[in-house]
Amino acid sequence: MKPKTAENHYVLSSSPHAHARSSVSRIMLDVIVALLPTTLAGVWFFGMPAVWTILVCVATCVTTEALCRMAMGRESTVGDLSAALTGLLLALNLPAGIPLWMAMVGSVFAIAVAKQVFGGLGMNPFNPALAARAFMLISFTGPMTTWLAPVSRCCRAQAACGVDAVTTATPLAFVKAGQLDQVPPLWNLLIGDMPGCIGEVSAIALALGAAYLLWRKVITWHIPAAFIATVAIYALVSGRAPAHVEVLTGGVMLGACFMATDYVTSPITAKGKLVFGFGCGLLCMLIRQFGGYPEGCSFAILIMNAICPLVNRWTQPRPFGAK
Amino acid sequence: MIIAIVCIAGIGLVAAVSLALADKYLAVKEDPRIGMVTAVLPGANCGGCGFAGCDAYARALVEGTAPNGACAAGGEACAAAVAKILGVEATATERRVALVKCCGTRSESIRLGDYNGICDCATAAATAGGDKGCRFGCLGYGACANVCPKNAISVSDGLAKVDKRLCIGCGKCVKACPKHLIELVPASATIHVLCNNPVRGPEVRKVCGVGCMGCHLCEKNSGGKEAGHFTFDGFLAKVNYDNPPTDPSIVAKCPAKCMAEDPHFETGH
Amino acid sequence: MKTVKSKFKFKGGVHPDYNKELARDGAIERLPLPKELAVSMSQHLGAPARCLVKAGDFVRRGQVIGEKAGFISVCVRSPADGKVKAVEKRVGAAGAMADAVLIDTTASLPEDAPPPPVLAPMDWSSATREELLGRIEEAGICGMGGAGFPTAVKLNPPPGKRCEYLVLNGAECEPYLTADYRVMLERAPRIRLGVEIMRKVLGLPAVRIAIEANKPEAIAAMEAAFADIEGNVEIVVLPVLYPQGSEKHQIYATVGRVVPEPPALPIDVGCVVENVGTVAAIADAVELGEPLLERVTTVSGDAVATPKNVLAPSGTRYADLLEFCGGATERPAKVISGGTMMGFAVSSLDIGTTKTTSGLLFLSRRRVFQYSSQACINCGRCLRACPMNLNPAEISKAMEVDDVKTAEDAHVMDCIECGACSFGCPAYRAITQFCRKAKNSIRARIAAERAAAAAAKASDGAAKKEAK
Repeated sequence: MKPKTAENHYVLSSSPHAHARSSVSRIMLDVIVALLPTTLAGVWFFGMPAVWTILVCVATCVTTEALCRMAMGRESTVGDLSAALTGLLLALNLPAGIPLWMAMVGSVFAIAVAKQVFGGLGMNPFNPALAARAFMLISFTGPMTTWLAPVSRCCRAQAACGVDAVTTATPLAFVKAGQLDQVPPLWNLLIGDMPGCIGEVSAIALALGAAYLLWRKVITWHIPAAFIATVAIYALVSGRAPAHVEVLTGGVMLGACFMATDYVTSPITAKGKLVFGFGCGLLCMLIRQFGGYPEGCSFAILIMNAICPLVNRWTQPRPFGAK
Repeated sequence: MIIAIVCIAGIGLVAAVSLALADKYLAVKEDPRIGMVTAVLPGANCGGCGFAGCDAYARALVEGTAPNGACAAGGEACAAAVAKILGVEATATERRVALVKCCGTRSESIRLGDYNGICDCATAAATAGGDKGCRFGCLGYGACANVCPKNAISVSDGLAKVDKRLCIGCGKCVKACPKHLIELVPASATIHVLCNNPVRGPEVRKVCGVGCMGCHLCEKNSGGKEAGHFTFDGFLAKVNYDNPPTDPSIVAKCPAKCMAEDPHFETGH
Repeated sequence: MKTVKSKFKFKGGVHPDYNKELARDGAIERLPLPKELAVSMSQHLGAPARCLVKAGDFVRRGQVIGEKAGFISVCVRSPADGKVKAVEKRVGAAGAMADAVLIDTTASLPEDAPPPPVLAPMDWSSATREELLGRIEEAGICGMGGAGFPTAVKLNPPPGKRCEYLVLNGAECEPYLTADYRVMLERAPRIRLGVEIMRKVLGLPAVRIAIEANKPEAIAAMEAAFADIEGNVEIVVLPVLYPQGSEKHQIYATVGRVVPEPPALPIDVGCVVENVGTVAAIADAVELGEPLLERVTTVSGDAVATPKNVLAPSGTRYADLLEFCGGATERPAKVISGGTMMGFAVSSLDIGTTKTTSGLLFLSRRRVFQYSSQACINCGRCLRACPMNLNPAEISKAMEVDDVKTAEDAHVMDCIECGACSFGCPAYRAITQFCRKAKNSIRARIAAERAAAAAAKASDGAAKKEAK
């Protein structure tokens, strides 16, 4: 039987009765928009392999999210765009030439294991895209460290057909090997004309995206500033490589502006964000200098993700008027 | 190889000896009856006795600061067992179960609005008095079900219902209900008035199809005022559980349809 | 007298759509006496007044129908002549049940009815402090900004505490509401007189008149009214920011002092904050002998035909106010007593206004949003919006699993329930409601502990007596 309601029935809710009309999907859309410049730059430099990787990752992530929610008997959360964003971020963290089935496995891992197992958006302790990247780095070490050289303008058409791709070493590998003279010049580092992951190469495109996020107030300056400043200062003090090389290569820009600023896995307080950014930068440089891998950005962020609850606990705000 | 075996055996020996010594010299002296009493209590830690849990109640029993028989969950059998251990009289208790005194389901009672907020009775009641037209009725947001240690309460069709077989009478739901409409009643009583609204009949009818109007027919049909099976609070009939009615025919004769025979619904356990 | 800009900016705050243009330019209009009034005994903060009348009694305008019941309480006077139809428990705007006296104002009074009680007009400059306080108390005045704290209690600081600053709250930061704004424009001389009376009662404190920068006409009106006043009086222009009208934040914005955590009160930092409407009511009570029987209420919202600022007796049913404003243009989806940030959604238009009903809003479906149970994504917007610098995200996550202890450790008792956290939450979580739930359970627990301690003390005392 239909429930009876009074003739004039109103919505009854607790105050406030006004809302800024922001929404989770709008925030995710903002981040996706902010990632467009670097996505386009990645496609420009790495050609069609990059396009396929991005499409496969996004499609797999969204499908996995839908299937997971269905299997758990919960309402679908595909509409909040978080799965699409995770797919895009994962693709941007992969080398362009990766076999597509590996990208698919990584995407399933990101959504099913790193996110939905913990209860979905808001519950995951680790950044899903980075967790998947770490998983793939361990599982598929070879393909994950095989880098396509950015296609030069004359053979761009050729690369678009997928033939004759040249593999090479990343600038950080040269730094690790002590061959500083092999590192591309500053201009190449800025525009992204260097080997690396699809989304990590173009510093200018990443800075553009970060500026958009700051303007939309999606992120605050704390984490990127602390992260990049720590990396730069460490580089100046240690003298391993010029500061601009350390900052502009190996995903520091992508990590600082887009990966470390993931809401769910970073501290909520301003002070905590500074601590978090500092920790990420320091760990990143320690791994680069003393670890087995030439770059350490994603592992640094994952480790800081793990201590994020602790950082939150240490940096609780002091109420207005409290002693 | 031999060195390894000797080392492991040696460590094991030292650890065993130190544990044995610790057990002997660091033991906390405790009345052994506390453990025995705890063992015969139900172990549900429901808190219905007024203590923090079964262990706390056992301590109080042994110290003599708590009356035997306060454990509603264990009932008479438990009280007798405790009496045997402690050598005291068991106070006779009758098993009591919770009763939700409302039968205004969603289809019977009027909703004043669409509540949108936290699913919690007290919180809903603080928002414009709740969405239920009847200010005395069950809101159906399950505050009682959330505190029930035995999962004996289920909410369906906007109404909480108690499973008599599972209820241990701890009284937590009675405290949790912001409308104060849950009562502990003798488990043996079978006829109940399922309404909590003391206002005049016409007012009740405006908001609920099954509200008590205070017509006194139940009283008349059960032998009149002298029989004493019912008391009245305003325009609300209440069963006198010291002397409950037994004739089930009065249920069908209630014009408001707010009486029920053994309404302790099963929850599907 | 000078006008200055606020030098102190508190952290946090939000910018809701103010929508004040709907009713801003409508001069205050007096509502014709409604046929029926529902006068609540709980129009103020503290103990509800004790009802003195019963069904069938005749009451006169100004007659005390509810007497002060406790230290933090005020009396209730009948807003009109009439016959008491009934006294019944009714749900008020805030959701709590309280006695309401239903008065039929069309009933003809018997010939032998006593004359309406008269409060003699007073000359405030010659009256003593105690006489003035007594008048404020017997006029039934409580704070008209929203909380309804008894004014006579507020104006009588406990011994050892001195009021150095009297802050006049004309911020009116709640969206839609323009009642205080209209009072400042149209009743500026009354406010001036009220301030002078309050200064006398409080021992000549400095005066700060706080008005948000989006009300230049009100600032001009106050400047004109206070132009020739002597002493340390300043009009402080506040930046437009919600919740600028919060007592603690207003004290910080005007004099730079920070009120410590509860149970500290503004008087602990030498401040008294009073709403401009209350000040005008004090002037009326003292100079004219007119008790607080009516107030200006903003009737607004996108579902009202002609939004107005209405001067209506307390106890006016919401339905009468809506009718006076031309009725609804479409079926309202939500009716709010107060403003959209801190007001109460109500379920019926039969509720009567009170001394604290600053607004009545009728919103269409388009203006109503729904809370959802989405998980917190830790975005930190609530933290940045919270003017009390709390961590609302943590409190809401704790209260989702009824973890009151964690909420208490996160200082939920400092929460002023301004709603800034929920306002900006992209996951549409009911954060403010979670805070309210936490505060209520903590208060209930403290009350239970106090009662238990008192009972233990009593039984202890009894045992000792027996032993003697």
